[in-house]
Amino acid sequence: MMAECVEEEETSVYVTGCEAAARAVIIAKPSVVAAYPITPQTEIVEKLSLFIGEGRHDCQFIAVESEHSALSACIGAASCGARTFTATSSHGLLYMAEMLYWAAIARLPIVMANANRALASGWNIWADHIDSLSQRDAGWIQFYTSTVQEVYDTILIAFRVAENEGVMLPVMVNLDGFLLTHINQPLRLVDETLYQEEFLDEINVPHALNLDSPHTLGTLISPSDNYRVQHDRKLGMERAKDVIKEAERDFLRLFGREYHPVMEYRSDDAEVLLLGMGTLAKEAEDAVDMMRFRGIKAGLLRLRQIRPFPDDEIIDAISRSPAEKLVIIDRDYSPGSGGILSQEVKTRLYDAGIVKEIVNVIAGVGGQDVSAEDMMEMVELERGEHWWGI
Amino acid sequence: MVLVFVMSADKFKDRHGFWTNTIAREEYILKGNSSCPGCTAMIALRHIFKAAGPDTFVLVGACCAVVCEGVYPNTCMALPTLDTAFACTAAMASGVRAAVTDRGINVIAIAGDGGTVDIGIQALSGAIERNTDFLYVCYDNEAYGNTGMQRSGSTPFGASTTTTPFGKKEDKKDIAAIVGAHNIPYMATACPSYPMDLERKVKRALSIEGPKFLHVLTPCPPGWRISADKGVEVGRLAVRSCSFFLYEMENRELFMSKPSIDAMKNPIPLRDYLSVQGRFSRMSEEDMKLAQEKVNANIAYYREVCGI
Ligand SMILES: Cc1ncc(C[n+]2csc(CCOP(=O)(O)OP(=O)(O)O)c2C)c(N)n1
Ligand code: SF4
Repeated sequence: MMAECVEEEETSVYVTGCEAAARAVIIAKPSVVAAYPITPQTEIVEKLSLFIGEGRHDCQFIAVESEHSALSACIGAASCGARTFTATSSHGLLYMAEMLYWAAIARLPIVMANANRALASGWNIWADHIDSLSQRDAGWIQFYTSTVQEVYDTILIAFRVAENEGVMLPVMVNLDGFLLTHINQPLRLVDETLYQEEFLDEINVPHALNLDSPHTLGTLISPSDNYRVQHDRKLGMERAKDVIKEAERDFLRLFGREYHPVMEYRSDDAEVLLLGMGTLAKEAEDAVDMMRFRGIKAGLLRLRQIRPFPDDEIIDAISRSPAEKLVIIDRDYSPGSGGILSQEVKTRLYDAGIVKEIVNVIAGVGGQDVSAEDMMEMVELERGEHWWGI
Repeated sequence: MVLVFVMSADKFKDRHGFWTNTIAREEYILKGNSSCPGCTAMIALRHIFKAAGPDTFVLVGACCAVVCEGVYPNTCMALPTLDTAFACTAAMASGVRAAVTDRGINVIAIAGDGGTVDIGIQALSGAIERNTDFLYVCYDNEAYGNTGMQRSGSTPFGASTTTTPFGKKEDKKDIAAIVGAHNIPYMATACPSYPMDLERKVKRALSIEGPKFLHVLTPCPPGWRISADKGVEVGRLAVRSCSFFLYEMENRELFMSKPSIDAMKNPIPLRDYLSVQGRFSRMSEEDMKLAQEKVNANIAYYREVCGI
């Protein structure tokens, strides 16, 4: 009898954040992808055109002439009920700004990967959260990731959250430019069939255009109806809080990896808490370990989502920890106001009647290198705003 | 080289066998929409959708037409319709076509001249270059009507608008030539004053796979400062004075349409077209002469290519 040669399916690979994003997208099987290149996101577009070109997945790739058109094409397709994906970064995201609001108000479950990058003048291609945070009011659900694995998993989760009937909102999955987009890390792949059969349903956009009952989307709307539409979108965003947690629970059950809106790290007995998003907040785990080694009881809260803001989870984590001092690291800055993440957290603390010593450190903007050692020094800072390195 | 065939419009059948003496009874723009009285853009759209039929997805960019649809929850559109932002109509159409792959279903994008020749020209150029299978219709009222008649790149020389109160100093952008430069499989110009010609061109366009472009001159009573019952008549004057040419271009071959062939043989003076419109009332004698010379040059050009 001839020995049968069984090709073993690869379950683990070593890839960049961009490739991980593209691989996740292919598994979710969108029928339309429209995107435009921009550093450091370009590899996502390239990999997707390659995968689609190779026939790994039957999908239309629209090589548009701008980001504004990329998102517009996704909006057109999603309005007809298609699952869509796009990817961009920095200037591309801001070039889309008009359509970002459009997509959310039109309640279209588009998924986007955004490679966080600084904004010019003075071209800078390095990591900075200001691109996506400047669009935080657009009505998109926004995730922030910290490893190549998390990029992949979060995109897989994003489609399910976006397409939930009670949510129907676009989702942006952020990954730090270069620090994730161009870094190779090991990636455990999901079982595609399991994902498609158990995790993600067929897409159903209830208001999609169709020939059987023709209707008009996006026509003029009076103040009183517009008000209702905005309120309805708020309800969708609120429902997303539970839908995200449910999706994360199912993801853990099916694929064994655990995610929460707020990722707590040794925070239960911490006397000082670091708080941040993205890769910087992953690096902070090392800072916490080193501080603990030196006898400082440090802990860490890493936010995985800024919209919807995880109010309950953040207040819960902060109240459970005995820490009096919160060091909030912002890889962004709102001139004339302060770090955006810090303001977001302070609002929730005020609402919950919690008073803490808040240190707001502006660090890592424009790709500034911030090490675990730096973060160990940050906890020594006093209340107020500090610019790291100045 | 541009090859030229002369064909006759408004006859029973054209060279492709399309009947031109019938207009569908079905209405896809319902009564009671909120256009200005006498709006010829709505007449044009009415005929375009009649020619296209019910299996049609429509996109409407930010322009007068979107206002004419009415206010939510009402709509005058009896076809599935997606209203779009100003600059992106053609790009959204690419998205719709990617989702609606059945060739038997038409995708028609509607935009004004501003949304086509100015802010939307990049998206339009991209969609044509990508071979999006759709019909893009630019209805041209020669200004930004939606926002109250400011100049656009398509406003003609001498016309006053709210941002050219003393008359526009620059020429009208030749969008048809720009689109033609994309080697588009089919494009045509039309005017609702010639509804049979317009419908025939729509039918011809929709029978072809790939990007198609239709540039429709639509006189606008408030913007052109003519009375509401004069739109159709003024459209005819535009053609008869050869200020606007009706033609088709298929794979770089130009076919002049019958009304323009007749007009080129014996054009009426441009003054007859301009002087009935309030927007040209401030035009100097000198500018009027200059405008006529420009028209004469166009007539000479088309006479040569068409051998008329
Ligand atoms: C980005 C953007 N800029 C400006 C506007 C305002 N705006 C809406 S429609 C319009 C003019 C439309 O003109 P045109 O395309 O010629 O169509 P018409 O209104 O004449 O039918 C303008 C300036 C807008 N909606 N979006
Ligand atoms: S302004 Fe002109 S084009 Fe716009 S609706 Fe009125 S008549 Fe029609």
